[in-house]
Amino acid sequence: MSAPRLETVLRSATKEVVIGHDRRFCIIGERINPTGRRIFQEQLRAGDLSAIERDVKAQVEGGADVLDVNMGVPLTDEPELLAKAIQMVQELTDLPICIDSSVVEALEAGLSVYQGRALVNSITAEDDRMELILPLVKRYDAAVIALPNDAEEIPMEADRRLELVGHVVEVATKEYGIAAADIVIDPLAMPIGSDTATALTTFDTMRRIREEHGLNMTCGASNVSFGMPDRHTLGAAFLPMAMMSGLTSAIMDARTPQIVDAVKAADLLLHHDEWGGSWIAAHRRRQAAAGA
Amino acid sequence: MTPEEILQGLYDETLVGNAPRVLELTNEALGMGMEPQNLLFDALIPSLEEVGARFERGDFFVPEMLIAGRAMAGSMEVLRPLLAETGVQTIGKFLMGTVKGDVHDIGKNLVNIMLEGAGFEVIDLGVQVAPEKFVEKIQEHQPDIVGFSAFLTTTMPMFKANMNALQKAGLRDQVIVMVGGAPVTQEYADAVGADGYAADASATVKKAKDLLQRKRALVSA
Repeated sequence: MSAPRLETVLRSATKEVVIGHDRRFCIIGERINPTGRRIFQEQLRAGDLSAIERDVKAQVEGGADVLDVNMGVPLTDEPELLAKAIQMVQELTDLPICIDSSVVEALEAGLSVYQGRALVNSITAEDDRMELILPLVKRYDAAVIALPNDAEEIPMEADRRLELVGHVVEVATKEYGIAAADIVIDPLAMPIGSDTATALTTFDTMRRIREEHGLNMTCGASNVSFGMPDRHTLGAAFLPMAMMSGLTSAIMDARTPQIVDAVKAADLLLHHDEWGGSWIAAHRRRQAAAGA
Repeated sequence: MTPEEILQGLYDETLVGNAPRVLELTNEALGMGMEPQNLLFDALIPSLEEVGARFERGDFFVPEMLIAGRAMAGSMEVLRPLLAETGVQTIGKFLMGTVKGDVHDIGKNLVNIMLEGAGFEVIDLGVQVAPEKFVEKIQEHQPDIVGFSAFLTTTMPMFKANMNALQKAGLRDQVIVMVGGAPVTQEYADAVGADGYAADASATVKKAKDLLQRKRALVSA
């Protein structure tokens, strides 16, 4: 018998977003992140957060449902910066936030200023990471992304990933009192360019997580096309296949219409968009924009 | 086939990652009495250099780099013992690892391929390498250069932890330290006191050769 399919509720001060298997796919906009962006890093170091406004606008306009905020700038006070950025983003938009850091103090600083119910990005199956982060998730009533890798490796077999998912769920629910519905698994989408069998493993992992645990899932979608040409086409093919296998959200760049449109089409085909309301509405919006 | 045709064949087939053909040509060349170092320096290394240059220009992609590296590795398995016998020196020994807390290895593996392609002996410690392990392996292998790789802004601070461990073990002055990885910058490399930083695989090779040359000049001066 398959596990009941769970729903993950995220909130800002005023808006609720639900991630679930029978719902429209949740797009977590990823660009509020200085990694690899030299000018943005320098601005942040100098205390200038103005570029965030432009990034938020672009992700919202592109169709993001949730915004990932990462302030991983080397040689800065990340907790302070992340807290500031989260307050700023919450003034700019009513979308819920995915607080992204592996610095525990930064996660705590972010959670302490956040208004609503955040998604924490992320923990692994390592007990020491869970011990540091899960009490925060519980205290601030958040949801959390969990990666099925441990201190040794990113497992390349679905069996081992499932074992680690089982371990995370066991520890998070029994030891820290976190609801299974609030655990969002990242089944690990690896670059297709370094191993062309890797997406099959990921799809298999997704199907089994849905079947055995009913958990929601997310992944860093752009990772799949790393090192390959025509990255958007790969992203636009990967996500609908992953959605079919059980992926319910993705951390992705909402500024890429090719990929966002592929997700919307898959929503319609998977009966997550009843009578095609959203699909048709998007068409009308484009028509209106072209006519304006 | 003439020796020239063999060398050209090795170069071309390595470039397209045809591992079985590269191995065949290697064995054929040795059967004809060609010198192992001839194959290495006149075909395999130039071919890998071309692979690196194409990758840098955006003309080659990750899978092509990986299969070219694999094709060369197959040939090297045959050549390595022969090269050792004839006393051909590698240009230097490079100890490489992804820092503790970090499991990313694609970039590191590409760098390894290019370093081997350039004639370095590469000892890869894999991912999640703790500072103590770097210390232990440096003592064991006595490399010329040690490379720390980190893919996450949150694991980059391990560079400093590694440097401290080297210092404490009294190894800092006997080994060149290079750092790299997607979020790493020259500024950050300087801040942790590394000797060198490079942005990609080809640049790493150039930097490694350069640092090695400077150190050797210093020693012999």
